[in-house]
Amino acid sequence: MLNNLTKTHEYPGKLFVVEGIDGSGKSTQLGLLAKWLTAEGHRVFVTEWNSSALVKAATKSGKKKNALTPMTFSLLHATDFADRLLYKIIPPLKAGMIVLADRYAYTAFARDATRGVDRQWVRDLYSFGVKPDLGLYFRVPIEVSLDRLMARRVKLKFYEAGMDLGWSANPVESFRLFQGKVLEEYDRLVDEFGLEVIDARTSITEQQRLVRKVIAQHVQTSGVETIDDELA
Amino acid sequence: MTSSPETENHGANGGIQSGRYYGQGIPYLPLDSYPGKLIAIEGTDGVGRSTQIQLLREWLEVKGYGVIETGWTRSELMQPTIELAKSSNTLNKLTFVLLYATDFADRLEKEIIPALKAGFVVLSDRYIFTALARAGVRGTDRAWLRSLYGFAIAPHLVFYLNVDVKTLIGRVLESRGMDYWESGMDMKHGDDIYDSFRAYQNKLLREYSSMADEFHFSVVDARRSVDHIQDELRKQVSAFLEPAEKQPEPALMR
Repeated sequence: MLNNLTKTHEYPGKLFVVEGIDGSGKSTQLGLLAKWLTAEGHRVFVTEWNSSALVKAATKSGKKKNALTPMTFSLLHATDFADRLLYKIIPPLKAGMIVLADRYAYTAFARDATRGVDRQWVRDLYSFGVKPDLGLYFRVPIEVSLDRLMARRVKLKFYEAGMDLGWSANPVESFRLFQGKVLEEYDRLVDEFGLEVIDARTSITEQQRLVRKVIAQHVQTSGVETIDDELA
Repeated sequence: MTSSPETENHGANGGIQSGRYYGQGIPYLPLDSYPGKLIAIEGTDGVGRSTQIQLLREWLEVKGYGVIETGWTRSELMQPTIELAKSSNTLNKLTFVLLYATDFADRLEKEIIPALKAGFVVLSDRYIFTALARAGVRGTDRAWLRSLYGFAIAPHLVFYLNVDVKTLIGRVLESRGMDYWESGMDMKHGDDIYDSFRAYQNKLLREYSSMADEFHFSVVDARRSVDHIQDELRKQVSAFLEPAEKQPEPALMR
């Protein structure tokens, strides 16, 4: 069996991933991290979950008709991941670049298990992946993430709220139930895959400081911030 | 890449139970007892699978069985995506494997399992073995492939229509000619489609044969006439279905 996802990679580049439920603020943090690394003179490539052109069509039409089952949902996301891994993630890693991934295989582990797919099967499915140099998990209570999402958008998306599972006809209630389970799955993953936990309730600046501090241990930086930090 | 001992969990040690999931299966779709039967007809391109399935279907329906056919890459969800991927050049072997697996999962959940629960005989034109063979010859990790398809149901019967490359070449050239994918042109054996077809199909046939014991294939000599092959299939299907179904008056069914 393949074990790439748990075996340190040998590419000259670095792979950092952010994880967390919707509304955890991980994408904001990833954006700020990309800004900083670029300013530090690194070549950075950002890739998002479920964004490959090939699979987008099927996911979209499937989502529209609510035709996806937990298994096909899982396999489509794995297909998207495989496509991006081979075309978007590995080449920059080979070129010595920094790849930042907004969500990674752990998202699948958390969501698919919540949808009732076998945990070990999903882990085996993604075993062709590349092990990140660092995985940051932005942990946030449901109510905080819900407040953030509600402040930004009117409507919760069907699959994000786990509406496909039919646990509740009310989107907010469904989100609470579904993402609550997803959080439990994430907690299992922290130890299993050695994710770095960031308290996502704190201020954006505070979290970013912490993020840069841990990332600085993996890449060359001018180090102003981290040196200050260590002297303090 | 080589197979690890885990491969054996999926059948080489006799772990396969027909009608059940190969591996962990789909936890939210437990398979309690169901009345239907799943029969797969496997074999490489041009070996005569669809002709045999047509005849088998006729015969079964005359006998009073409800029959549903399913094929490879026919799901509503994935067919457009797979066609798109085949026509462009953006597909690598891993995404290929996963697209096929998605298609299969869709059909399994929406066609095959419901039909089995409703008591149909499901005739599957190709099954997961085609995916395993095609990906196997392209160097995909075999243990990973078996784990991937751990959600599939082990058919009650798997007929493998076995043929040699020479016979196959004659048949394919007589009928519709060699096509890009069936000739494994993506594997870059060279520009000559005939040489490529022969090399690719040779590997494919070896890969199928290597699965015969592991997955309990009934190997059928497909070099014989259509009628001969059909007779053998019917004999084995009868032997399997009739004790199970307790056909009351077989004589009246003729």
